[in-house]
Amino acid sequence: MLNPNLKLNPKILNEECELKPTRAGFGEGLVEAGRENKNVVALCADLTESTRNEDFAKEFSDRFFEMGVAEQNMVTVAAGLAIAGKIPFVSSYAAFSPGRNWEQIRTTIAYNDANVKIAGHHAGLYTGPDGATHQMLEDIALMRTMPNMKVIVPCDAEEARKATLTSSKIWGPIYLRFAREKTRVITSKETSFEVGKAELFWESNKKKPDLLICACGPLVYEAILAAQNLEKEKISVAVLNVHTIKPLDEKTILHFARLAGAVVTVEEHQIVGGLGSAVAELLTAKAPMPLERIGMKDEFGQSGKPTELFDFYGLNKEEIIKAGKKVIQRKK
Amino acid sequence: MQYLEKTANRIREQIVGMLTEAGSGHSAGPLGMADIFTALYFHVLHHNPKNPNWVERDRLILSNGHICPVQYATLALAGYFPIEELTTLRKINSRLQGHPHRGSLPGVETTSGPLGSGLSQAIGVALAARLDGAKHRVYCLLSDGEHQEGNTWEAIMATAKYKLSNLTAIVDRNNIQIDGFTEDIMPLESLRKKYEAFGWHVLEIDGHNISRFVDATREAAAVYERPTVIIAHTIPGKGVSFMERDYRWHGKPPTKEEAKVALKELRTLGNRIQSEHE
Repeated sequence: MLNPNLKLNPKILNEECELKPTRAGFGEGLVEAGRENKNVVALCADLTESTRNEDFAKEFSDRFFEMGVAEQNMVTVAAGLAIAGKIPFVSSYAAFSPGRNWEQIRTTIAYNDANVKIAGHHAGLYTGPDGATHQMLEDIALMRTMPNMKVIVPCDAEEARKATLTSSKIWGPIYLRFAREKTRVITSKETSFEVGKAELFWESNKKKPDLLICACGPLVYEAILAAQNLEKEKISVAVLNVHTIKPLDEKTILHFARLAGAVVTVEEHQIVGGLGSAVAELLTAKAPMPLERIGMKDEFGQSGKPTELFDFYGLNKEEIIKAGKKVIQRKK
Repeated sequence: MQYLEKTANRIREQIVGMLTEAGSGHSAGPLGMADIFTALYFHVLHHNPKNPNWVERDRLILSNGHICPVQYATLALAGYFPIEELTTLRKINSRLQGHPHRGSLPGVETTSGPLGSGLSQAIGVALAARLDGAKHRVYCLLSDGEHQEGNTWEAIMATAKYKLSNLTAIVDRNNIQIDGFTEDIMPLESLRKKYEAFGWHVLEIDGHNISRFVDATREAAAVYERPTVIIAHTIPGKGVSFMERDYRWHGKPPTKEEAKVALKELRTLGNRIQSEHE
């Protein structure tokens, strides 16, 4: 069942659950951060409306910088602002930032330990009809390998708001990943959020779950649906919302993985290099056990409605259920 | 002025010494920029070697990090750290990284090495100064070769957009890069017309004429509403005759024997005076 301690949105499993894109949560969090700290500045690469920088730009016009279609310059200007004491948030589509400007981020932000927050928007398959060029599915891998960099993938708009606001208060480079489409608001204002801490969203109905699902981003909702369905089939499940891919909450993941003895990871990203890899690395080193990874299987996407794409590429509750049963079989 | 010229020569000696000791690194660029570094740190910049983080200091952003031996030697002579430390260049556990790293060495404002990203960082520093109402100036040193990077032109465009008259760019126009002469590898001319077309105020000077360079920085500070670029024509390897104008010295250090010849030449000002080291 849904973890009552977390005060998740009680309507999650209802049809009339509120829908909101995670990028909207970013926009709200950015304005709040701007109000709390005058050193917060924002930069955007010709995508002010779609990356939800509009409200910040209106309220703090002197602290907003339109950098044009030049993502390499944008992040590097941000590095300069940061070494001069500002807290810049840079926004573009994830395919271009960090897709195009990875080296600038590596050298002038990560190695420089510059206090820059990189917002990668329109990440994953939710970018739908725009096609594979814009469906960034490799960004978690790109950013996770960088020393000094933290990586956060909020599961809904409310968590995105908290992640953005919190990022402005934590020193150092942070990558934040957002999606385009409206998705279910899973958490509430009261749900706790701490960078680097995975949260148990679904508690198993037995002391020892048969399966642990680690998920991030809006697909956390599919993971919850899968858990609900599996429990109807007498398979008890724990679902962790692993919003912070780096630093990974090793303690919590290992605790539930050891109880369950089998793990499925779920993400809107290549199965190589993202959450699935991070969990695989952890389990291989500390607690070897069967693992199945749900994600893009080393291929590019295509144009289509997000729901069609999730079904086509097997990023839905049905596939999570299948993977769950398979990984439990492998325990024997 | 004589004092500055002598200082530049001392910096050149240190460059030759530290590169020989390191066994790798770039020779021609650092030697070519010794006069400008001297002018900056011993005359132009408002800075305090005893307080490297002084808030009101002018900022110098080195974009072409590979010429850092000249910056390290200048910082040491200016009093940022002991001169003896120069021999640790490129060695393990040294503060003198092969390419500069912010936080490792006092006086180094930012990390650089991968070309084309210094001017963008200088823009950020200049924008922050404007937001804070601060009066300090931002100087950015660029190589000519890094104008082949797209990032450099993105930055040139953005500097003009924001009318950053508190930022002065200085381009080391020495005409060489690793693979040969810039105009053979990927032509850059006319650099002046390109900068002008992008909305900059352009000055061209002899990069070895210290007083002319100082004048140019003053003119740049007096130009409002536009950023200024000083295109400094320099001789790569300046001061060591067998290195001058030879692109093969872009990316290698002298051997011990070559260093002996080079140091003798520097200490005798090209055999015009007797060296006290003989």
